[in-house]
Amino acid sequence: MQSQSMNNTAVDLRRIFEAQNLSVYYGNSIALRDVTLNILEGKITAFIGPSGCGKSTLLRCYNRTNDLIPGAEVKGHLTYRGKQLYDKTVDPVVVRRKIGMVFQQPNPFPKTIYDNVAYGLRVNGMKQNLDEVVEKSLRKAALWDEVKDKLKTLGTSLSGGQQQRLCIARAIAVQPDVILMDEPCSALDPISTMRIEELMKELKQEYTIVIVTHNMQQASRVADYTAFFNAEALDGGKRVGYLVEVDTTDKVFSNPADQRTRDYVSGRFG
Amino acid sequence: MTLAEQSTGYQRSQGLEKRNSTARVLDVGFWGLTLLLAIGAGAVLIWVILQTADSAMPAIRAFGPGFIFGTTWNPVTNVYGVLPQIYGTLITSFIAVALAVPLGIGVAIFLTEGFAPKWVTTPIAFAIELIVAIPSVVLGIWGIFVLIPAIRPFFRFLNANFGWIPIFGGGTPRGNNLLLVGLVLAIMIVPVIISITRSTFEVLPRDMRTGSLALGATRWETILRVLIPAGLSGIISSVMLGLGRALGETMVSAMLVGNANRIDISWLQPGTTITALIASQFGEAGRTQVAALMYAGLVLMILSLVVNILAEVVIRRFQNVE
Ligand SMILES: Nc1ncnc2c1ncn2[C@@H]1O[C@H](COP(=O)(O)OP(=O)(O)OP(=O)(O)O)[C@@H](O)[C@H]1O
Ligand SMILES: [Mg+2]
Repeated sequence: MQSQSMNNTAVDLRRIFEAQNLSVYYGNSIALRDVTLNILEGKITAFIGPSGCGKSTLLRCYNRTNDLIPGAEVKGHLTYRGKQLYDKTVDPVVVRRKIGMVFQQPNPFPKTIYDNVAYGLRVNGMKQNLDEVVEKSLRKAALWDEVKDKLKTLGTSLSGGQQQRLCIARAIAVQPDVILMDEPCSALDPISTMRIEELMKELKQEYTIVIVTHNMQQASRVADYTAFFNAEALDGGKRVGYLVEVDTTDKVFSNPADQRTRDYVSGRFG
Repeated sequence: MTLAEQSTGYQRSQGLEKRNSTARVLDVGFWGLTLLLAIGAGAVLIWVILQTADSAMPAIRAFGPGFIFGTTWNPVTNVYGVLPQIYGTLITSFIAVALAVPLGIGVAIFLTEGFAPKWVTTPIAFAIELIVAIPSVVLGIWGIFVLIPAIRPFFRFLNANFGWIPIFGGGTPRGNNLLLVGLVLAIMIVPVIISITRSTFEVLPRDMRTGSLALGATRWETILRVLIPAGLSGIISSVMLGLGRALGETMVSAMLVGNANRIDISWLQPGTTITALIASQFGEAGRTQVAALMYAGLVLMILSLVVNILAEVVIRRFQNVE
């Protein structure tokens, strides 16, 4: 039913990701159950919900970084622009080139600022106009002015907020189609957070963004759509995450369809 | 402020004075002890060097720096020089490092980067650590009775087919030679390189790998372009440790190098090393020769020191670049 409302409000918008009854297992315990959810092109979609409800897990499905976790298994149906993402013929390396990711902890490589941004270009053989692309990416990430005189210093020597913007620059340098962000501001101060939020709105012109956040204000400030996830205990005491509802951010925060969502967004949640 | 408040404030500021307890005495005592031990370790090193230099003094006076360039070792006429030994030491250590480094890094990557499940890698890692426990005299005997017969055909093959390359040239190889020593030394130092490189890789953050893979890099690109540069200082220190071991290893060299006092460009011919010279001559050495052997030992210590300093300089360079 939740996808229904999304379909109605967004008939004219392209669906980048379509998940149907998607479940994720780690070893033999289920972490995320039966998610049916669409991600729309050129929009920012926020994932919110209590810790452990599978937000990061779902995010990792989109660029197949779940493949890197031993024992992780994805079941169900997930398409990227109409193509089955978990088809045997799909090369995850190519998928990850098109679908960039920014992590919770800034994770620049122990290389120079320049080499950090150029890294994705180099491994993908996009070696023309390196200087130009590096500058453009740093500008887009609102970092250029702060680092233009020290491109040859280590990326790891920047402040946390600058490092996170460097990671964003690194991700957009390869011109991905989608950018996935897993709590990108959780390690940052309010000012850096604000800059990154502004940046997201900027980037929306060109990219589709999916962001996981624990900060409700952040979701309501930046996201067009918000998906609320929750977790419930199974018989064995293990917890499994599921999607409660997804709708426009306005609707989710002001007039959600589900009581659990209402409790969560109003702060009355467990 | 009421009187009561003042008095609690006063009470809280109590106890800031220096503790006059046993804890403090222990603190100071422990500090003194560690300082003493640290100085002791340095002092022992300096004492050994000075003592060696002192015993070598007659030879140092007699031969001076020319000792390093001399090529004869003649106890009858008491003319001594260690150029062939320096040459053999450097060549065998070079071969050992050249073989052990790629192998060691490769195995360390295999063991840490998820190429095989834990139940495969754990016993392999354990077995490798056990190599360190083999006494070098056992390796020497193994070299003589097992390795030489097994590898001689390979040496002959190299000599027959690639003899035009100077390092494989010369007469038909018999078995004892520089390459053989290099090989066995490589076996000895490879576990050192593996275990240090492995622990270097193990502490690199997981996010660093995922970050690279998430940009569309393959596993190999991630290893070559991110992990190895990030772990470079650890890798280099493992190589330095291994090199130090190869330079100073005695038993293997003495038993396998062939003890021929000559400089041959070919690795397939017998040669000698400083350690092999000392080990083989010391037993029946007269006074002057003992001094010369001490001098040779001093040269070896200085050689190790120079190599270590050079390596340190190289590391500094690399760290500034990366
Ligand atoms: N690498 C992993 N191996 C095994 N189980 C995992 C792994 N990663 C996550 N899980 C499990 O999957 C469930 C969902 O985790 P996930 O990290 O997706 O939650 P989350 O919603 O992102 O939580 P948070 O808000 O705390 O980041 C949890 O129960 C967690 O224990
Ligand atoms: Mg998470």
